[in-house]
Amino acid sequence: MDPHDISNQGHSTLRRLAELPGRVVRFYVEGFRGMTVGRKLWALIIIKLIIIFGVLKLFFFPDLLNRDYDDDTQRAGAVRETLINRSR
Amino acid sequence: MNDLMTVVDWSRWQFALTAMYHWLFVPLTLGLSVIVGIMETIYYRTKSPRWLSTTKFWMTLFGINFAVGVATGIILEFEFGTNWSNYSWFVGDIFGAPLAIEGLFAFFMEATFIAIMFFGWKKVSPGFHLASTWLTALGASISALWILVANAWMQYPVGMEFDPAQMRNVMDDFWAVALSPVAVHKFFHAVFDGWVLAGVFVCGVSAWLLMRGRRRDMALVSVKIGGWTGLVGMILTLWTGDMSAVDVARVQPMKLAAMEGLYDGEHGQELVGIGVLASEDDRRAGKDPFLFKIGIPYGLSILANHDPNTFVPGINDLIKGVSFTPEGDTINTVSYAERIAMGKKAHEALREFDRALAAGDSAAMEAARASIKENYPYFGYGYLTSAEEAVPPVGMTFYAFRVMVMAGGYLLLFLIVALWSVYKKVELWDRKWWQWVAILSVAVVWICSQAGWVTAEVGRQPWIIQDLMPTRAAISAIPSGTVILTFWIFAAVFTALLVAEMSIMIKQINKKEEEE
Repeated sequence: MDPHDISNQGHSTLRRLAELPGRVVRFYVEGFRGMTVGRKLWALIIIKLIIIFGVLKLFFFPDLLNRDYDDDTQRAGAVRETLINRSR
Repeated sequence: MNDLMTVVDWSRWQFALTAMYHWLFVPLTLGLSVIVGIMETIYYRTKSPRWLSTTKFWMTLFGINFAVGVATGIILEFEFGTNWSNYSWFVGDIFGAPLAIEGLFAFFMEATFIAIMFFGWKKVSPGFHLASTWLTALGASISALWILVANAWMQYPVGMEFDPAQMRNVMDDFWAVALSPVAVHKFFHAVFDGWVLAGVFVCGVSAWLLMRGRRRDMALVSVKIGGWTGLVGMILTLWTGDMSAVDVARVQPMKLAAMEGLYDGEHGQELVGIGVLASEDDRRAGKDPFLFKIGIPYGLSILANHDPNTFVPGINDLIKGVSFTPEGDTINTVSYAERIAMGKKAHEALREFDRALAAGDSAAMEAARASIKENYPYFGYGYLTSAEEAVPPVGMTFYAFRVMVMAGGYLLLFLIVALWSVYKKVELWDRKWWQWVAILSVAVVWICSQAGWVTAEVGRQPWIIQDLMPTRAAISAIPSGTVILTFWIFAAVFTALLVAEMSIMIKQINKKEEEE
C-alpha cells in the first residue's frame, strides 16, 4: 500500500473530526430553522423553564438545609435534632 | 402540631398534584415512542410513503407531549429539598444515586436522539434515523427505570445501613437497591402501562380522525399498531401487576389489607370484586366493614400467594402481630404495639448518641449505635402514638384499586374488540357510537393509570419510607401559608400547560394532510 494513501486517509479522518462540532451546530441550527409546530413548543418550554427556575426555584423552593447550614456536620445535626424532637 | 399537620397535608397534596400531572405526560412518552418505533421500522422495511406519513404524524404528537411534559418532574425534586428536607437528608445517596443516573445518562440520551428523530430525516441515513427513534424509546424507559428504583426503595428499603453520625441511610449494596423485586416489577408494570395508554390513545385519536372523515387509511393502520401495542402491553401489565401484588403481600401487607378493606383475614380469603365500604367509625368499631359486596372466593389468597388455601392477614391481624411467610404459612410477627416500643427505643438511643457525640464519648456512641441498629427496622413506629396511626386511608386505597382494576378490565375488552373489528369488521370503525367509545376510552386509560398510582402511594401511608419514616417526621419546618400558595401556583401553571398541550395537539390532529 502506498504510504501516501495512508497519510491522506489519516488527514481526511482528522479533517472530518475537526469539522464535527461545526456539523453538529449546523444540524441543530438548520433543524430549529425548519421547525413549524416546534417553534410554539420551544416557546412553551422556555416559558415553562423560566417559571420553574426563575420564579419557583428562586423564590419558593430553596434547598433549606443547604441554605441554612454551612457543612454536612451541621446539616446532620439539624436533622438529628428535628427527628429527635418530633418523636417526643 | 396543628400547623405541622397542615404543612404535612398541603405538602402531600402538592406532591400528589405535581406527580399526577407529571404522570399525565410520562406514560404517553413511554408508549408512543415504542409505537412510533414500530411504525418507522415498517417504513424502513417497506419504503412506503404511507408509512412515512403515518410515522411522522404520530412522531409529531409524541414531540408535543414530550415538550410539554419535559421538566415537570424537576418540580418534584424541588419539593424534596424544600418541603421534605428531613427526608431528603435521611435518604441521601440512596435516593440521589438513581436520580443522578437518570439525569446524567438517560435524560441526555433521550434528548440527544430525539433531536435526530425530528431534525435528521434528510440529514442522516434511514438506518441511523430508525436507530435514533428506538434509542429515544429506550432512553425514555431507562429514565423511568431510575425514578421507579427510587420510588421502590421508599416502599421496600433495602441495601443500606443507617449511620446516626451522618443521620443518613448509607447505601451498602447498589444492586440490592436497583434490582429489588419491588423495583423490577414496578418498573415493568409502569412501562407496560405506558404501552397500554399509548395504544388506547392511538385508537382514540384514529377514531376522531375517522369521525372527521380524515386520513382514513392512516387511521386504520394506526389502530392495528396501537391496538397490538396496547393489547401486548395490557397482558404484560396484568402479569407484572400480579407480581407486584405478591410483592405488596410480602413487604407491605398493611397496604394489601387496605386495598381490600380486609380487617380480619382468613384462610382461602376471598377477593372483593365490587363493594361499598361501611363508615370509618363502623369499621373501626369492629362492625361489618362492607355495606354491600360481591366476593370472588379464594381470590385474594390466590392473588397474594398463588395458593387458594393460604391465610391473608387483615388490618386487625397485622396490628396484633400476625403475618405470613413467602410460602404462605401463617406466622406471628411483631405486633404494632411492640413495633412502637422498639421505635421509641431507637429514638432514645439516638438521643443517647447525640449526647455522646456532643461529649465526645466514643464508648457511649458505640453503645447507642448498637441499640439503634437493633431497633432500626421499626424506627418510624417511634413517631406513632397508637397502632391505628399506621393504618392507611382504607376508603381511598380500596376504591382507587377497584377503579384501576375495573378500568383495566374494560380496556382489555376494548382493545380486543378494537383489534378484532379492524381486521374482521372494519365498518364498526365508521359507526359513530364506536368512534365515541374509542375516543372516551382515552379518558378511561388515563384514569386507570392514575388510579394505580393513587393505590400505590395512598396505600403506603403513613410512611414516606416504609416502616422507617412517617410523613410527619419527614416534613420541613416551613410556614403552611407558603405551601398553600405554591400549591395553587402549581395548579395554575400545570393546568395552563395541560390546556396548551391539548390545544396544540388537537390543532395538529385536525390539520389536513395537504397542510403538512
